[in-house]
Amino acid sequence: MTAATRDHFATLEQQAQAVKLALAAFLASEALLFTAIFALVAAYQSDWPAAFRVGIEHNTRVLGSINTGVLLVSSTILAVGVETYRDGRKKLAAGLTFATAALGVVFLVIKLTEYAEHFHEGIYPGGRGRFFLEHTEHGLPTFWTLYYLATGLHAVHVTIGTAVVGWRGYRLLRGSSLHALEATALYWHLVDVIWLFLWPIFYLA
Amino acid sequence: MSAATLPGWAIHALGLPPEASALSRQIDGLHAAVISATFAGTFAVFAVTLWFIVRFRRKRDFESTPRVVASGVREWFQGAALLALFLVFWAVGYSQYLRIETPPEHAMVVYVTAKQWMWKFSYDDGQSTNDTLYVPAGQRVRLVMTSRDVIHSFYAPSFRVKQDVIPGRWVNLWLDAAQPGSYPIECAEYCGVAHSNMLGEVRVLSPADWAKWRRGANPGEMIARGRDVAAKNGCLACHTLDGQRHVGPTWSRLFESRVALADGRSVVADEAYLTRSMMDPNADVVAGFNPVMPSYRGHLSAEEAGALVELIRSLKDGGPKPVVALPKVTSP
Amino acid sequence: MTIADLPIPPGAEPSAESFLGAKTTFRSWALTTDHKRIGILFFFATTLMLLLGGVFAMLIRIEHLTPGPTIMSEETYDRMFTLHGVIMVWLFMIPSIPAAFGNFIVPLQIGATEVAFPRLNLASFYVYLLGATIVIASLFYGGIDTGWTFYVPYSSHTPAAVLPTVTGIFIVGWSSIMTGVNFIATVHTMRLRGLRWMRLPLFTWAIYGTSIIQILATPVLAMALTVVGLDHAFDWGLFDPARGGDPVLFQHLFWFYSHPAVYIMVLPAMGVVSDVIPTFARKNPYSYSAIVYSTMGIAFVGFLTWGHHMFVAGMSTFDAGAFGVLSMMVAIFSAIKVFTWVATLYKGSIALKTPLLYVFAFFFLFTFGGMTGVAVATMSLDVHWHDTYFVVAHFHFIMVGGTFTGFLAALHYWMPKVTGRMYNERWSVVAWALVTGGFVVTFTPQFFLGNGGMPRRYYDDPARFQSLHVISTVGSWALALGMILVPIYMTYAFFRGPKSGPNPWGSRSFEWRTASPPPERNFEGPVDFSIDAYDYTTPQTEDA
Repeated sequence: MTAATRDHFATLEQQAQAVKLALAAFLASEALLFTAIFALVAAYQSDWPAAFRVGIEHNTRVLGSINTGVLLVSSTILAVGVETYRDGRKKLAAGLTFATAALGVVFLVIKLTEYAEHFHEGIYPGGRGRFFLEHTEHGLPTFWTLYYLATGLHAVHVTIGTAVVGWRGYRLLRGSSLHALEATALYWHLVDVIWLFLWPIFYLA
Repeated sequence: MSAATLPGWAIHALGLPPEASALSRQIDGLHAAVISATFAGTFAVFAVTLWFIVRFRRKRDFESTPRVVASGVREWFQGAALLALFLVFWAVGYSQYLRIETPPEHAMVVYVTAKQWMWKFSYDDGQSTNDTLYVPAGQRVRLVMTSRDVIHSFYAPSFRVKQDVIPGRWVNLWLDAAQPGSYPIECAEYCGVAHSNMLGEVRVLSPADWAKWRRGANPGEMIARGRDVAAKNGCLACHTLDGQRHVGPTWSRLFESRVALADGRSVVADEAYLTRSMMDPNADVVAGFNPVMPSYRGHLSAEEAGALVELIRSLKDGGPKPVVALPKVTSP
Repeated sequence: MTIADLPIPPGAEPSAESFLGAKTTFRSWALTTDHKRIGILFFFATTLMLLLGGVFAMLIRIEHLTPGPTIMSEETYDRMFTLHGVIMVWLFMIPSIPAAFGNFIVPLQIGATEVAFPRLNLASFYVYLLGATIVIASLFYGGIDTGWTFYVPYSSHTPAAVLPTVTGIFIVGWSSIMTGVNFIATVHTMRLRGLRWMRLPLFTWAIYGTSIIQILATPVLAMALTVVGLDHAFDWGLFDPARGGDPVLFQHLFWFYSHPAVYIMVLPAMGVVSDVIPTFARKNPYSYSAIVYSTMGIAFVGFLTWGHHMFVAGMSTFDAGAFGVLSMMVAIFSAIKVFTWVATLYKGSIALKTPLLYVFAFFFLFTFGGMTGVAVATMSLDVHWHDTYFVVAHFHFIMVGGTFTGFLAALHYWMPKVTGRMYNERWSVVAWALVTGGFVVTFTPQFFLGNGGMPRRYYDDPARFQSLHVISTVGSWALALGMILVPIYMTYAFFRGPKSGPNPWGSRSFEWRTASPPPERNFEGPVDFSIDAYDYTTPQTEDA
């Protein structure tokens, strides 16, 4: 989206308003997508509290918490980027946007490392792997499968988000609008907020 | 509503099967009321519409019409009145629903396993039948049901009752057949290629026939089976039969006793409590005990659980004297 | 003196550059960003799906002519009813009125030249096509036999093409969300300057309410189907009791979407009814605000009633009771609309044209269907009726008697707007009689089948139900015949029908204040919405 209006919009304001509204509607649908997962988690957690405790104990808490920090920092950087763009320092804004995308990549690398760690311990989705032969609490497979589902879906969104943020950084250098940057930032913040719910549920006792 | 009985012609006109129980008569009474309201409402809309079409048909092209707007009061009143009617339907329906869903005390228990594509019934005298459920007339029967594989649904249309039967969980349905006869059972939840052949029959026997049918079995069989199941599934690691307190409460004198729970409630230890404790042990933890019992969801068949209940029932007035004194287990 | 002889006001001449005539290459249609053309593309795609789903329905009914096997095996039958449901719900009922008629009409009704995001609109069409193709392709992989409701654990284990089907539905769901996002942005931001919300035509309000449901409900379906797909393809066992799963949880997730989904299906049809009546009775709506508030009421309260599909599934009686009360409340909103529509006829000037005939069919069939909805919300009665033909009859009265008659009303109402041609009224009335009468004969016996205790999804009919099944099947032939007539006379009308002029119905609604068919940019010259869309109090000597 360039700084000029598409020709069916009467004014730039109308276009900006339409984009904001569309984005809000889209983010609402994304929020509902994850709400469905959270509903599953809440239901199963109340069914199997002991299994969830055991699962959390064996989770990669350090790496998961580092990832929380990574996302929080990235969101902050992107918010600062929006402000710098407003102040007219477009090159700096683009740089901060690229930094955000880089942190997205860091998140994904850490996440993949965690998955590798789980596989090493014999924890696979569906209750497969030697971990479940050693730990037989009822409901433990459910915990781990939900973990893979929720963090996997979130990771897909981080991947898409990283691509969008990176692309936005590139477009900023060619003069794309503040509105486009704000829209991108909103999406990234939502991805961050979702992680802030996932993290305590799956990592913190 | 409770005394109302639909006349035979009405039952026939509605296509309902003949009523097999007192509760089904009450349900049909509500049915008639609701369907009459349905017809009346639709007819009223239709009649008024027809009248308006004739009365206000167009006489000239492009003629103008007066602006007529609703008076807020009448709109609200109409909406409120209709909502009140609907809520009356709901209230009567809900009270009947509670009766359908709440098994009465002192009902004879039959354990039901649904599997693709048949019904297995296990009775407390140790007998088992396939597809035909034998019950005595005039006595309340409670079905405790689970599925071996996918979701099925036990449907006895003559009794107007239905309950989805779910794997890994136990559900209840009760009936009280008024007189001897034979009534269909159908599976009412799609369960695969022979879903429409998963049929059965409720065979209601007269008291005399029921006594004859019962005599042909050994009540001790179920109890012995229960001991077997308890040993094989690790129950006896925590529960004693001789009155000693161990990791879990003793089964001696447990059946139909009043149990104090950890959260302050107290319940009667009936079949429902016992089977629920097997499936969902953290739901009703007994006061003074730790919540360490694992769930047996998916690990016990209906027959096995039934056998355990019969064992516990047989210890109602006390089990054997202790042979070995067990060490004390600390309370929470 | 007919309508065609009246002088045409300036700006409303059918321009040689109407959106239909301007460019006619394949590319100009395949890559169009014109909301009117996209509406037409959706119309043809969804109607094709309707016909496919209808073929399955006819085959199902033929199978029920005799007790044992008639024309197919049980395995095939199980796939037929599943695909009938999947195709009708997701490939026709949910997209058709919004994406076909909504796309065409809403920008006209708000005085805009386009929707907010024309390229998103085009993308939503191709996403729909992709999803629909994948669903149809699953037919060639053996189809699925789970019922459109995909209950677990059966759908986790059945050796059928579950993954392609849920993938196709998932993709069509994204099309649905894109449509919803586009309409929300459009109605908020693209209205003509000065056009207040409470002056919008009611069809636009209906599409707006539908769009809200689409964006909030569809993601939950996406999640439910994702888990089923993972359970089936990779044995993740999230609903497997042996691994700690709970099959009933799937039902909660599924119905959380699927109950609001039925309002996605019916609200647009109600919007059509709300617009057709004022036009053909030349009368203002008896209470515009009642219709608006009921629409929004249905959109929101509809999210709170899903448990009424699960009264015997194993919920607590308290939760079940709450869902029952909420279901009664949501029924009131529809009842208010029916009262308002009937009252709108009072002191009107009523012309019994085909669109209004379909609306009257809607009155009767939707009211009856809706009241049987109140009946199944009466919980003790639902215990008997759940999963029987009573429920099948109830929802077909609402979906066919409600949504489909709304769809046909829209088609007959707006056909001249889209094409500038008029169809033959005699043929359309014959088709209407066959559709309405055929429908009643098909589905009324099914209420009695349900009362008698005939479960749904049964291949083999217990003998005592056979005669009712035969009556129902014969009715379906009349219904099908009526449906087949419609495309025939409509196609004839498109090529050979008399020109309709810009406003053959003499409607005040905003979409009629431009040429029929409209020019590419919708309005030529200044747009004048000063006279209200429902104002028939002032004399109208020309179709202005």
